[in-house]
Amino acid sequence: MTKFFQNDKVLPGRSEGTKMSNMTLQEKKQQIIDDFSIYEEWLDKYEYLIELGKSLEPFPEEKKTEDRLIKGCQSRVWLDSELRDGLLYFRADSDAIITKGIISLLVSVYSGRPAAEISADDFAFVREIGLKDNLSPTRANGLVSMIERIKEIAAQAANDTVSF
Amino acid sequence: MLMTEEIRKQFPALSGTVYGKPLVYLDNAATSQRPRAVLDCWESLAAGANANIHRAVHYLAGLATDAYEDTRRAVQAFLNAPSPEEIVFTSGATAAVNLLAFSFGEAYVREGDEIVVSVAEHHSNIVPWQLLCQRKKTVLKVLDIHENGDLMVESLENLLSGRTKIVAISHISNVLGLVNPVQKIVSICHEKGIPVLVDGAQGIVHEPVDVQALDCDFYVFSGHKLYAATGTGVLYGKRKWLDALPPYMGGGEMIAHVSFEKTSFAPLPEKFEAGTQNFNAVPTLVPAMAFAKACREDASIQKEQHAILEYVYEQITKNELITLYGTPMGSKIPLFSFAVKGAHHEDLALILDKMGIAVRSGQMCAEPLMDRLGVTGLLRASFGPYNTLAEAEYFIRSLNRAIAMLTGDSSRRSE
Repeated sequence: MTKFFQNDKVLPGRSEGTKMSNMTLQEKKQQIIDDFSIYEEWLDKYEYLIELGKSLEPFPEEKKTEDRLIKGCQSRVWLDSELRDGLLYFRADSDAIITKGIISLLVSVYSGRPAAEISADDFAFVREIGLKDNLSPTRANGLVSMIERIKEIAAQAANDTVSF
Repeated sequence: MLMTEEIRKQFPALSGTVYGKPLVYLDNAATSQRPRAVLDCWESLAAGANANIHRAVHYLAGLATDAYEDTRRAVQAFLNAPSPEEIVFTSGATAAVNLLAFSFGEAYVREGDEIVVSVAEHHSNIVPWQLLCQRKKTVLKVLDIHENGDLMVESLENLLSGRTKIVAISHISNVLGLVNPVQKIVSICHEKGIPVLVDGAQGIVHEPVDVQALDCDFYVFSGHKLYAATGTGVLYGKRKWLDALPPYMGGGEMIAHVSFEKTSFAPLPEKFEAGTQNFNAVPTLVPAMAFAKACREDASIQKEQHAILEYVYEQITKNELITLYGTPMGSKIPLFSFAVKGAHHEDLALILDKMGIAVRSGQMCAEPLMDRLGVTGLLRASFGPYNTLAEAEYFIRSLNRAIAMLTGDSSRRSE
């Protein structure tokens, strides 16, 4: 299993141009599972998510609109997407930093992939790294809403691409 | 004298661990934990006295009915209500407000009338009145708060008009943690002949309540915040009002006579208790109220509670990153809702959770108050009589550590 990203401190969530962009979807997921496996303590996992959140590409303030907002009871999440040359790109933000870290993971895995590939994915890796089971119930629900939204956008884009 | 360490032993939940750490339960304003006496009462009724109340002549039904009606008299004594018929059991404070908003609204509220609530109310003391307003085309007027969280009681008189039908106000806000001057509010309203509902969901836990001294027209509370079983609650109402109100729900036991030509209703309190009641759970109010009263009257527990209040208040207010909402110390209970500069309440709650500390984050069912305070949510730590000063100290240490993690101030991390 490749673990080179931990060593050269390239965080997932960086935009195109990093080594990750050449990986397959499966490789990207495995990368994140590996990254998480080195943290045994939950506080360390949170520290890692906080760092990821801080390194997430800035989200333009003017794009924080109602239609890009994913409503949760606690934190607010904005998700923006763009279809370019058959590939779906995501950008996202949250007012809570741990949520932002999780978003960063999702963006790093799914941004720049073909819409059909995202739409067909099971998102099971989120559970594998323990995020869904170990985060608070409302957080998990927010995470579920975020995944649902990504899937919706991907399904819509895949549909449009086919009919086009 | 009771010692906090001693009463903790009565609560099985408090000896539990979360993520391998001792549980520090600071979400008491959402629901309290339950002492062994409550759990035993609940179980013994479900196992040994399970029969529907008020109906059958058999032995078990007698046991269940006695337990239920004895509880009514115990609640009457606890609130110093004039008579047991003025105590109506509901599924909780929310159900009690809904009952009242419906029945009172049907009897007394017409188009163009006004209802007054405060900006610091829980949704359960706002939304039932909004529903009434929709139904009757009534106007909901809102009493504001000062910057320190105190109600603007001095503005109340101007808010009242000849069309004000009822004022609904909390005894203690579940966000601000300040004891409102209910007696004063009641006397202002009564001078104009306006009845007052007091939402006592938090108040009943922290304050001795004498409804005759307060002279409020209605007082509601939930059992589950007062150490009793979930799904229990009380509506106290002065007989002159309750007698005049129509029923809320129709069904079994709330009737005197039913025919297709004409149905008449049972007298108080059954008129408001339609259908099968929560008879296994309601009697847990008896040991729960006894526990609450014992804690309130115990010097040792009160001393520890006061020490917690002073310690946490000082630690929170001296931190320049923290803004506490609800600050007047004279009316403060050990309930702290605050914002931390540079740290989101949800992040703080998640990190504290992993340290074994249960706190609440978010809007706390008081979205209008969040808007008024200009925040999207807050972090809330609410203490109960079984919480120790040592737990308060651990909470403050952990909070500082979580803040350091989130704001990147590494100098605090080792604290």
